[in-house]
Amino acid sequence: MDSVKVVEGSEAVALAVKACRPHVISAYPISPQTHIVESLARMVADGDINAEYVRVESEFSAASVVAGAAAAGSRSYTASSSQGLLLMTEVLYASAGMRLPFVMTGVNRSISAPINIQVDHQDSMSLRDAGLIQFYVESVQEAYDMHLAAFKIAEDPDIMLPVMVCMDGWVLTHSYERVQFVDQKAVDDFLPPFAPEHYLDPATPKTWGSYAESDAMMEFKYAIHKAMTEGKPRIESILDELSALTGRDNSGLIEAYRTDGAEIILVALGSVTGTVKDAVDELRDAGKNVGLLKIRCYRPFPHEEIWQAVKNASVVAVIDASFSMGSEGSIGLDLKAKLFGRPQAPMVVDFVAGLGGREINGGTIHRLVTRAEEIQRSGELLCEAEWVDLDATIVS
Amino acid sequence: MTVKKKTRKESLFVSGHRACHGCGMALGVRHILEATGNDVIVVSPTGCLETFSSPYGFSPWRVPWIHHVFENAPAVATGVAAALRAQGRDHTRVIAIGGDGGTFDIGFGALSGMLERGDDVLYICVDNGAYMNTGGQRSAATPTWAATTTAPAGRQSMGKAEMKKDLPEIVAAHGIPYVATASIAYLGDLKKKVKKAMSYHGPRYIQIDTPCPSVWSFASHLTLEIGRLGINCGLVPLFEKENGKITAVRKIKHKISVIDYLNKQKRYRHLFDSEGGQEEIEKVQTLADINIEKYGLLAV
Repeated sequence: MDSVKVVEGSEAVALAVKACRPHVISAYPISPQTHIVESLARMVADGDINAEYVRVESEFSAASVVAGAAAAGSRSYTASSSQGLLLMTEVLYASAGMRLPFVMTGVNRSISAPINIQVDHQDSMSLRDAGLIQFYVESVQEAYDMHLAAFKIAEDPDIMLPVMVCMDGWVLTHSYERVQFVDQKAVDDFLPPFAPEHYLDPATPKTWGSYAESDAMMEFKYAIHKAMTEGKPRIESILDELSALTGRDNSGLIEAYRTDGAEIILVALGSVTGTVKDAVDELRDAGKNVGLLKIRCYRPFPHEEIWQAVKNASVVAVIDASFSMGSEGSIGLDLKAKLFGRPQAPMVVDFVAGLGGREINGGTIHRLVTRAEEIQRSGELLCEAEWVDLDATIVS
Repeated sequence: MTVKKKTRKESLFVSGHRACHGCGMALGVRHILEATGNDVIVVSPTGCLETFSSPYGFSPWRVPWIHHVFENAPAVATGVAAALRAQGRDHTRVIAIGGDGGTFDIGFGALSGMLERGDDVLYICVDNGAYMNTGGQRSAATPTWAATTTAPAGRQSMGKAEMKKDLPEIVAAHGIPYVATASIAYLGDLKKKVKKAMSYHGPRYIQIDTPCPSVWSFASHLTLEIGRLGINCGLVPLFEKENGKITAVRKIKHKISVIDYLNKQKRYRHLFDSEGGQEEIEKVQTLADINIEKYGLLAV
């Protein structure tokens, strides 16, 4: 029987990981991920999870342990945040290149310097080139649900890539929500044991991590991209299976919320999408034709699904909590690249907001929509992102 | 699933790889695997061994082998060992084989973590005293006064001024069951040490002196000879330390001066060619004498 409990977000994630029966968990603490690894440690100490829990000395090793474990044929899990995610960067690229499937939680937190432990998306967005599949979740419930699917997606024989489930630090990890848990037997039916075709085995010795010259390197890298892009239907079908498992709507690489007939469509990901949905409802009630495009799967980038949802809008207003210094916001860059050249594509305004945990509330969304309406009327060409709510006494 | 046992004739590290002529490391690896047998998984960091053994499409490894990145061989090995434990595959053992760059320097933190956690991994450092894969840059394992490309001899330099990091002692200080130093100059001794290490569980460490003809600069047929000279002058002490106590030492039967070792390698040529070089040679002799004293290397 499915059960319902009020739990802290981190605990919900730990329970999802537990339900997936990992063999190996590696853990290095960093705020705001720490409660996840502490929950898992308690479960291991009580014998509630039968996993090898490795207390590593750095995030670099945390990622390396799950890579080694995956290569040896075991389902593996780790988690990190911010500085820790960046420290894992090299290992994550190498793991994607070696097609090692493991799951990790990317608890979103800003990147130094200055040091700040509040939420923004700079950390996981900095890794979007690496070859990991990336999901962003709106709520604690969705965090729980997505981790169940993450292992199945990672281990799919046609995908075989690491999967990162990104969830906003503190906002989701440390808030309490009513969560509906899936019955263990149902999870076991949904997610059978990891059974890779290739793994480190003396009976069939293989060489992993070769040196590839320029006559093979491009092909290896292309294979990752291909696995992701051609994996989209498979990801979608696993998300459909997840919906059937949970009884909730977990389907779709994106969620189009009240985008029908919308002239202004906000694009966002992570927990802010909950706030945006509320603001959209208010604005709709006030007679404005606005909607939200929530991105659930960020890599592979769902450009076709985005296009179908926004093609009839006048303005797309991206809410970016990460930025490519010297250029534009991360989502803005990806989205504009994929919309460019499409017939009568909407104008795109890239709002940079929420860095270092600066609050984005309903009022903020209302103001962004007002600005988007201005842009819609003026038809101005927008070459720069717009940084929201900058304190002019610090910088102008 | 049973693991097919290899006969003595079939090597687990076959020929056709791209090591330099006379590479001490290549010789060592073949004998290491002879001692371990084939029920092992080998992890290597980036380095000479990885580069010469794994051009895409070719491999001399007849055991499962994984190279991930440069500084994480100990952590990858930890992960493999954890997976084996989780899967109940308790007869297959995990070995890491890596060079001094990935062990003394960039992988040092990961190595310490592995040792501290008590992971069941035998870590073998094939030590040629520099980043040889990339042409011989200095590492913490470079011996005092050896020239390297990043600490070359010059008008204002005699090469590396610092001591060689005493990694075996640092490793032993983690309180692990077995630490040994060995050399490809004495392959029987090396294999005995590997076998003994394999009889233990938990973290174990063997550091093997593997002379490099290409960069130390000596004729490629002299690898074993150079190895012996290093041992016999006291610069390369061979010992075993089990649970914190020295249990065996290879005695030097015929002690030689460090000069007889240094003068055979171009990386020390500047000590003989330059003014003030004699003084530095004496410093090296002192280092050798300290080893001889500390480990009791002279045959009584």
